[in-house]
Parts: sequence; structure tokens; C-alpha cells
Amino acid sequence: MRADERAPAPTGVIHDIGYQRYTGPRLGRRSVFAALYVHGLRTAFGLGRTAKAKIFPWMIVAIVGGAAIGSSMVHGLIGEPLFTYAGFADVMSWLVFFFVAAVAPELVSRDLRAGVLPLYFSRPLPHTDYVLAKLAALATAVWLLLGAPQLFMFAVAVFTTDLAPRVVKEEVTDLLPGLAYAGVWAVLFATVGLLVASLTGRRAFAAGGIVAVFLMTTPIVGVLSVMPSSTVNELAGLAAPLTLVQGVGVWLWRDALVRGPEAATSVEIGQFGPVYGLVALVVIVACLGLLLARYRKVAAR
Amino acid sequence: MTIISTHALTKTYGGGVTALSDFTVEVPAGIVGLVGANGAGKSTFIKILLGLLAPTSGRVRVLGLDPTTDAPAVRARVGYMPEHDCLPADLTAAEFVTHLGRVSGLPRSVARERASEVLRHVGLYEERYRQIGGYSTGMKQRVKLAQALVHDPDLLLLDEPTNGLDPAGRDAMLALIHRIGTEFGLSVLVCSHLLGEIERICDTVVAIDGGRLLRAGRVDAMTSATDVLTVEVSEGTEELAARLAALRLPVTREGRQLLVPVADESTYDVILRAVADLDLPLHRLDQRRHRVVELFAQKETSRAS
Repeated sequence: MRADERAPAPTGVIHDIGYQRYTGPRLGRRSVFAALYVHGLRTAFGLGRTAKAKIFPWMIVAIVGGAAIGSSMVHGLIGEPLFTYAGFADVMSWLVFFFVAAVAPELVSRDLRAGVLPLYFSRPLPHTDYVLAKLAALATAVWLLLGAPQLFMFAVAVFTTDLAPRVVKEEVTDLLPGLAYAGVWAVLFATVGLLVASLTGRRAFAAGGIVAVFLMTTPIVGVLSVMPSSTVNELAGLAAPLTLVQGVGVWLWRDALVRGPEAATSVEIGQFGPVYGLVALVVIVACLGLLLARYRKVAAR
Repeated sequence: MTIISTHALTKTYGGGVTALSDFTVEVPAGIVGLVGANGAGKSTFIKILLGLLAPTSGRVRVLGLDPTTDAPAVRARVGYMPEHDCLPADLTAAEFVTHLGRVSGLPRSVARERASEVLRHVGLYEERYRQIGGYSTGMKQRVKLAQALVHDPDLLLLDEPTNGLDPAGRDAMLALIHRIGTEFGLSVLVCSHLLGEIERICDTVVAIDGGRLLRAGRVDAMTSATDVLTVEVSEGTEELAARLAALRLPVTREGRQLLVPVADESTYDVILRAVADLDLPLHRLDQRRHRVVELFAQKETSRAS
């Protein structure tokens, strides 16, 4: 018994209230989902965790933030930003890889490793909600990583000009495709990364696997894109997640994306834009299906 | 009141392994022991109760609900403590139990409040703000128990709660479970392979072997008839056996030991007096611990007769 409990009540009677039954409200599925989602999002940035867990995500945030500040400064000096809003994701692609490779294992491999899942699945939490909450948390984290710097650049661009309606309108029409493009990045990389991470409880293996899937596929694109057939060249981008996303971006937001010096780095998709869109959708749905199947099995174990 | 009832419950795994076979039992409220050797089907039974596994055939009700169709409703009212390690090393007990309270549907502030409260009830005070990775096995078992209690369930399912504990830790854990069943007023199903532990704290025992129900009944009814004293003397075993037989005690010999069924309290005194009269060096006199094996052996003999 602790000291404060031994302190006499005003009447001078010592109370040990013992175990109390809980009769208050119990929240429904949506609130539980929200709790798990917020917990996942905090975990992604190491909040509520040890200082060690904060180092890597915030290092990446610092680099991305630094790039945004740099771009805004260049914009202020020469009147043209280093990168467009939409082009920001392409420039930061490697950082996104490393961010997903570090965060996805934090979200799912840790739970597998520690054996925590039986504690989740013996509660009124469907395994689908667990998967979707983790996925939503990771996708939001990636989207914030790419979107927040764009918003910063937007704010700087708008408030350093004289707030002329024309300028604001121009910036908004540039910004929205950028944020949407970041969303495609977030969903695709979160789904693929989470699936790879869910296969192992060893965080190092999971991180290595994710980097391998994201990077080892790019040489295939390189080989296919120098083949002597223009059809093969234009479909080559489907072979790697990075070029697949870029292909979707070029198809949907060609004007915002293919502009200035980055045009050279963008993938050549020819008339196959819809194919890129379809393949990206299929990849996302397939990975999600595999994730859910994986956790159906884990839940019953 | 019946908390768990099954009828002809059968579970066959994909590989043709039968984990539960024609298992029919009615479990009353209170502290219930589920006893069986490793692989007898205890864990399969618990997973079916939680709706994590679907039975191959048969009917099951937990707190009047069907876990095969209404799993979330069952799980909301049940707390589960798994057998194996299930705690993250890098969180504090307070954070972890709070988080699981929220997953069980408690509002944020309530979850935090109840987490501290149940951690205090299981005997963790200031330690609860330390990372779980630094805890002893006994403290980890307490955290596992606390997370099962945090959402105030009506029924606790505890899978081998004394696993890995030293004798003192075992006693403390058993005392705690007994308190939860009596003072807290929750029903508890304790799985164990040690009948001795179950006997000490449970009102009812369900014995399971090879997926079949062996026996189910109240502990006092089941064990009083089978209590046996073990007597061992350094010399003169024959003499003592003869003397006890003359005193109309049904003695049987097992190696160097004599086994005497306990008729009532006076059996102890009779034996002690006989040993003293013969002036024999008494090596040991104790009540034999029942093991699941013995229950099973009795079943075999009763079947044969």
C-alpha cells in the first residue's frame, strides 16, 4: 500500500477501496481504430518512444525540411524554386525508401517479434482493423514527410510575394498535384513496405528486404529501357516501384511534373499511362490482400 | 451460473491432428482449473473460446455468447493472459497497459487510470514507469495479468500463469489469482499442467487428456477420496508395514515408501504413533502431491473395472 492511500480521509477512516468494477462507456470499433492509428503515427516518428527511436526518422525529416528551406531560399533569390511541388517527391525518393525501411518494421515487425499480437487479437479488434490502422499510419507518415515541406514551400512562396491573387492561384494549381502525387507515393510505398516488414520479426531483415525490393528492381528498368523496342522502353517503368509511381505521376499530372530540368529524369511512358495507373492499383490491392491474408493466419496462431 | 458451456466440441487441424474431440463440459462461475499435459488441447480450447479458432463441429458458449459468430462481444468481456512472452521490451508497463486498455475500447483518461490501478493490484508500483525489458520474469507475468484485467472483464483466461516462476513467485501469483476470483468477483479459468497448483486455488477442475474430457467436478469432491500419505523410514519398512496393517490401515508398498490413504485427520497421528512405538528413524511423512498423471491413472483403472 502506498503512502498516499494511507493518508486519513477527512472522517479519519482509512479506506482501501480495493478493486473497482468499470461501468462507464466502452467505445466502439471506430474509436479503437483511431487509437491504434494515432499510436502508429506517433510510433512512426518515435514519439512516446526512446530517444534512440527518434534519431532516424527525425534525421530524415531534417534533411527533407532542409531541402524545402533551401528551395524556398533559391526561389527568393532567383525567382525560380529548386524543385516544383510535384518534383519534390522524385528528388527525395531515396529518403522515402529509407524512411519506409526504418518505420515499417517499427510498426509491424516489433509486434511480431515481441509476440504482442495475441494480446491485440484477443480484444474486440478485427485483424483487418489492425492491418488497416498500421497501413494508414505509415501512409500518413510518408505523406506528411513529402507533403509538409511542400506546404512550407507554398507558404513561403505565397507570403513573400505581395499576395497577388494571380500568384496564389498559380501556386495552388501547382501545389495540389504535388500533394496528390505525394499521396500516390505514400499509399504505394506504405503497402509494399508493410507487406515486406510483416514477413519477419527481425527488424534488420525487414529493413534490408524493403530497401532491396525498392532498389534492386531499378536495374531491371535500366536494362529494359535500353532495349531496341520503344514499346518495351515505355513499359519498362512498370518493373520497379519508383518508376511505376513516376509513370503514374507523368500520366496524371504531366504538366506539373514534366517541367524544367527534371523532365530528363522522368520516365518515358508513351501512350501507356492508363497501364501504369492500372498496374499501380493492382500492386496496391494485391499487397493489401496478401497483408490481410498474412494476418488472418497470424491471428489464429 | 454457467460461464462456459460446450457440446460435442471437436477441432481437427488441417494435418488430421485432432486437438479436441467430442468435448462436452459445463463450467460454473468461480475459479476453474483446466488441467492437462502439454498438448492435451488446453490452448486450442482457449483459442476457440476467444473466437480465434473455429471449431470443426460442436457448440460453444462463453458468458452465454457464441464466439464463432459473436467474437467481438465475447472478447470485450474476456481478458486473456497468454502462456508465452508477449511484452515489448522498450515500453513502460504503464504505457503498454494503457495502450491495450484503449484497444479494448476504454476512453483515453479511463485507460490511463485503470492501467495504474490494475498494475497496483498486481503489485507493481513505481516500477511501472520503467521499461519492461528490465523486468524480472515475475514482474513480466504480473504485467501480463494486468493487461488482461485492464478493461474489467467478467472472465479471465489465464494460460499457464506460473510458467517460469520460482516457488515464491508461484505462491504469490496463485495468491493473486485467488484474490481476483474471490475479492474482485471475476470468474477465472486457469490452465496448468500442475494439479497441485489448481487444487490450491480452484473451486472446480476440468481435466483434459488427448483432447477428451477426463473429469470435471468440484475440487473437494475430486481430491478428498484420493489423498495419500507417503511414509519413508530409514530402516524397518517391513515392520512398520505390518504394524500399520494390524491397525487396519490399507498400506501399499512402493519401493522404499509406504502409501497410506488418508481416512481423516487422525491418520497422521496413528502413523506417527506407530513409528514412535517401533522406535524407527522417520525419514519423511508427507501428503503426496497429485499430478495429472494420477488422475489419468485412476480413470484407466476405473475404466478397466
